[in-house]
Amino acid sequence: MPDTGYLLAVVGVAAATTLALRAAPFALRSALRSSPLVDDLGRRLPAAVMVILVLYLLRDVPLTAVRPGLGHLGAIAVTVGVHLWRGRALLSMAAGTVVYAVLLAVLPG
Amino acid sequence: MVTSSAAALRADLRAATGDVLGVGAGMLVLGTSFGLLVVNAGLAWWWAPVFSAVVYAGSLEFLLVGLSVVGTPLVAVAVTALLVNARHVVYGLSFPLHRIRSRAGRAYAVFALIDEAYALTATRPAESLTGRRIVATQVLLQLCWVSGGLAGALAGATLALDVPALDFVFVALFVVLAVDAVRAAREATPPLLAAASAVVAHAVAPQQMLLVATVLVVALLLLRHAVRWAGERRA
Repeated sequence: MPDTGYLLAVVGVAAATTLALRAAPFALRSALRSSPLVDDLGRRLPAAVMVILVLYLLRDVPLTAVRPGLGHLGAIAVTVGVHLWRGRALLSMAAGTVVYAVLLAVLPG
Repeated sequence: MVTSSAAALRADLRAATGDVLGVGAGMLVLGTSFGLLVVNAGLAWWWAPVFSAVVYAGSLEFLLVGLSVVGTPLVAVAVTALLVNARHVVYGLSFPLHRIRSRAGRAYAVFALIDEAYALTATRPAESLTGRRIVATQVLLQLCWVSGGLAGALAGATLALDVPALDFVFVALFVVLAVDAVRAAREATPPLLAAASAVVAHAVAPQQMLLVATVLVVALLLLRHAVRWAGERRA
């Protein structure tokens, strides 16, 4: 288990970075609005970062093994499908998690 | 005067409670799964409320638990926070901060400008929102998130509750965020570049996959921007 000092540093670094990002636009309102580069990255980066995060979370899942592999792929397909259909985040997450629980229970290990 | 301002305060609080009801219930549930994750990762239960009170950025908090138990360098933590929360820079451009009069209220509103707070306030006509209603909405949202995390962490610590299916809540959260972001961008190239970057990073630097992949994709997007800009200038 990591020591308290390191964890406090993690909390401090993450909190400071997050606060700086939230405060920056109020300080730089006019400059940010007129920069085509910031505008371009602002529009394209979110989708790219989220895709990387999903793949990062799946990095240790053995996708060829039946239970963890099919469990994750099936549940992700359901989450995406329900989300494209209804567009309600909590409903999509609940549906995906229930399917994941069911698949874990019924698929052979 | 006193009674009418007290009535106005009650009306603001009632309106804020109504605004928060649906979203707050969801944050309570997601917060509970965050609390369980903290305890199941081997951290003491009280780190859940510390993360949620001080960092207060749901999706980043989930990642921080995983990053901190393997002792990720602080530079990588900062880069992760920067990239995961970069979308917040956009929120400030249209958040109705000018409606809040007190300094302390404005400071808290900026600190607590999470996705849900932005969604509940920036999408409403600014005239219908008083500053107090905005701040009350944000306080209620954070109360839901912190108490959910506390409940989950205490349940995990005292009942040794380990629900493997709840791990997926976290994956599902990011899948939903990814679908929303890809749909809003209406463009397939950035997500495809991102997927390729993630695969390359996993192959060359599995320990620092997140950092390498995000740096790689930012470089690719900058390169693409430069190429297009040069192309437009020639045309």
